[in-house]
Amino acid sequence: MNTVSSPATPAAAEPEHAASYLQDGHGIKSWIMTLDHKRIGVLYLISILAAMFLGGLFAMLIRTELLTPTKTVMEAETYNRVFTLHGAIMIFLFIIPGIPAALGNFVLPLMLGARDVAFPRLNRLSWHLYVIGALFAIYSLIHGGADTGWTFYTPYSTTTTSAVVPIVFGAFILGFSSILTGLNFIVTIHRFRPPGMGWFRMPLFLWALYATAIIQVLATPVLGITLLLLIVERVLGVGIFDPTLGGDPVLFQHFFWFYSHPAVYIMILPAMGVISELVSTFSRKHIFGYKAIAYSSVAIAFLSFLVWGHHMFVSGQSPMANMIFSALTFSVAIPSAVKVFNWVATMYKGSIKMDAPMTYTVAFILLFGIGGLTGLFLGALATDVHLHDTYFVVAHFHYTMMGGVLMAFMGGLHYWWPKIFGRMYNEKLANIASLMIVVGFNITFLSQFIMGSLGMPRRYYNYRPEFESYHQWSTAGAYLQAIGFILVAVYLIHSLRRGRLAPANPWGSATLEWRCASPPPTENFAQQPTAGDPYDLKPLVFDPKLGGFTYRAESAEGVA
Amino acid sequence: MQESHQQHGEHRSAHLAHQFDTLDQQYQSGKLGIWIFLVTEILLFAGLFCVYAVYRANHPDIFIYAHRFLNKNLGALNTAVLIFSSFTMAWAVRAAQLGKKRALVNLLAITLLCAFIFLGVKYVEYQNKWKEGLLWGTHYHPIEEAAHAGEAAPADSAEAHYTGPPNVHVFFGIYFLMTGLHALHIIAGMAIIGWVLVKARRGAFSPSYFYPVDYAGLYWHLVDLIWIFLFPLLYLIR
Repeated sequence: MNTVSSPATPAAAEPEHAASYLQDGHGIKSWIMTLDHKRIGVLYLISILAAMFLGGLFAMLIRTELLTPTKTVMEAETYNRVFTLHGAIMIFLFIIPGIPAALGNFVLPLMLGARDVAFPRLNRLSWHLYVIGALFAIYSLIHGGADTGWTFYTPYSTTTTSAVVPIVFGAFILGFSSILTGLNFIVTIHRFRPPGMGWFRMPLFLWALYATAIIQVLATPVLGITLLLLIVERVLGVGIFDPTLGGDPVLFQHFFWFYSHPAVYIMILPAMGVISELVSTFSRKHIFGYKAIAYSSVAIAFLSFLVWGHHMFVSGQSPMANMIFSALTFSVAIPSAVKVFNWVATMYKGSIKMDAPMTYTVAFILLFGIGGLTGLFLGALATDVHLHDTYFVVAHFHYTMMGGVLMAFMGGLHYWWPKIFGRMYNEKLANIASLMIVVGFNITFLSQFIMGSLGMPRRYYNYRPEFESYHQWSTAGAYLQAIGFILVAVYLIHSLRRGRLAPANPWGSATLEWRCASPPPTENFAQQPTAGDPYDLKPLVFDPKLGGFTYRAESAEGVA
Repeated sequence: MQESHQQHGEHRSAHLAHQFDTLDQQYQSGKLGIWIFLVTEILLFAGLFCVYAVYRANHPDIFIYAHRFLNKNLGALNTAVLIFSSFTMAWAVRAAQLGKKRALVNLLAITLLCAFIFLGVKYVEYQNKWKEGLLWGTHYHPIEEAAHAGEAAPADSAEAHYTGPPNVHVFFGIYFLMTGLHALHIIAGMAIIGWVLVKARRGAFSPSYFYPVDYAGLYWHLVDLIWIFLFPLLYLIR
């Protein structure tokens, strides 16, 4: 079959009056007990945005406290709890489920042209578990919160009097939520691909979700047992990690990072998948190096399991282990760089349109580049001894997690927003907000790179006066970002009621989700469509009447 | 629940969920799903096996000393019970595939009975440890007779006066964690088999729809398999 993809059901042929999934059932119960992957995706989206708001609030409190070298607004004990909650909420409740569970749940079956995921009940259970886990985190918050840092290192976490058990139990439950999502996605991708979609015809977002799901399924159970051991240790006094009882606290670190290092790839891989979709669409060009991007996702997933020891270079690990972990850490740079190269090559000589999703994409490539390259500084043994536990580390992982994942999430959110809610947002405001967020981000964290390399330790409440100006720059940048995010919230919420009705395909993408209506009907597709090349954008032309793209009519030579 | 989906369900099997096109697709999806779930279970236990390996390698003396307090006979009995239950479970799957309802119900009932026997024996073992004060971490307070019984057990000359290494409680911590988590999985398995048994009695399964029996069987075999590793690692140390 060498025919240029001519879709079986062009967007225009969709029945106009099929009820959208948003109108299919009213009331709270029709939402929280839904089995529709789209509604579950929306529920996840609302939940994680709430978590992001809460985590962001804590970030603002941290930055406000650090405006002055001594006490500014809160006590030291409160500060310890605030930065712990910022980290734990952002990681377990926002970034890990962010792209896969919210955007992935909505988009994955649509990209496959399927009616739903393989196990809709498990999918719903996964969201219910997320809510229960979040409730435990909030319970801990009400009882003063934990003060251990999000890493829950023993023996401090087993001896401190703060509310560690509820938040750890919450993270334990969230782990199951993550496992169920991963399991569902693997089976769905294996069994639900439509005719015409071999493995190498899948959209790259699906490759990324697949690689992510593998990590979710293989790494999260280890976190589960680790957190369970931590709870058992605190409640029953077992002593596996307690040196006074002959236990080994470094073992906890190994267990924790065996999950939590792969977990950062659970965060970044789907983000890379989003970027692969966006960069092609908004460059109006076929993705460059499809197979290299697909394989590099799998390579990153594989390598992610072999590098956890780089979090423990100064924990008393053997020098041999340190060297091996360091070398393996460097090897992760290869598949990551392959991706960056391919994205830039996709943009090369493309017809780039700087709509909001694309501004976030460009920001992602730049910021992830900085975040990734500074990771190599930290992966090198000698420099890591100097930089360990300084603000350099904080800046590095915020460049990857926030500059990387959050930018991709924002890009994906703006990209799929018309599909999810059937409305267009204000493009100009979106561009202004993205600029504020990106500039604010760099002000916040570039200064942290500098003060980190000068020796400012992370998690400190008071600091030496010479770091004051860096901290103040950092705080100013954080406020700028906050304004940007509030602006995003304003125009997105406004668009829900007042936004222009979205066409089926506003951006001119060739993946299947753009072939059903915006928002899609409950059944998604009347019949599973035949998939073509997901990046063949040539047959798509802009139709001013629709305000969106449509497939060029077969017999109309004169039109184009 | 999903009124809108039932329109295309008229010419479809009643067992076919709306998101699938064919029963075979549904069966294969379920099977892949259950295998992935089993992988996660293995990784959950892998953490504890890893703890075991680390402490066994660093403190072999603790393991050699402490394992004598476990009752080998009861452990062996439980191993035999579980292996037999795996056999009846596998047979039950076959009976379901062949549509033999009575055999299916009976075999599931025997499997469930075996699970009860396993838990009963486990209860006796735990109770003995509790009485002897051979518990984990901060709760390790061995009473005199138990300590003597442990010393008397090896008739080997040199070890007769061995008073035991420090931190013996680590072994009991690991013992209770591993067997306890395993026992929780047995209980979960009993709930699943019980549910399948109820459905089987109602005649829900046929040669064209026996998947839940198959999936429950796969899970049950894994639970048995984990015990087959736990028994020698904890009871039969040399």
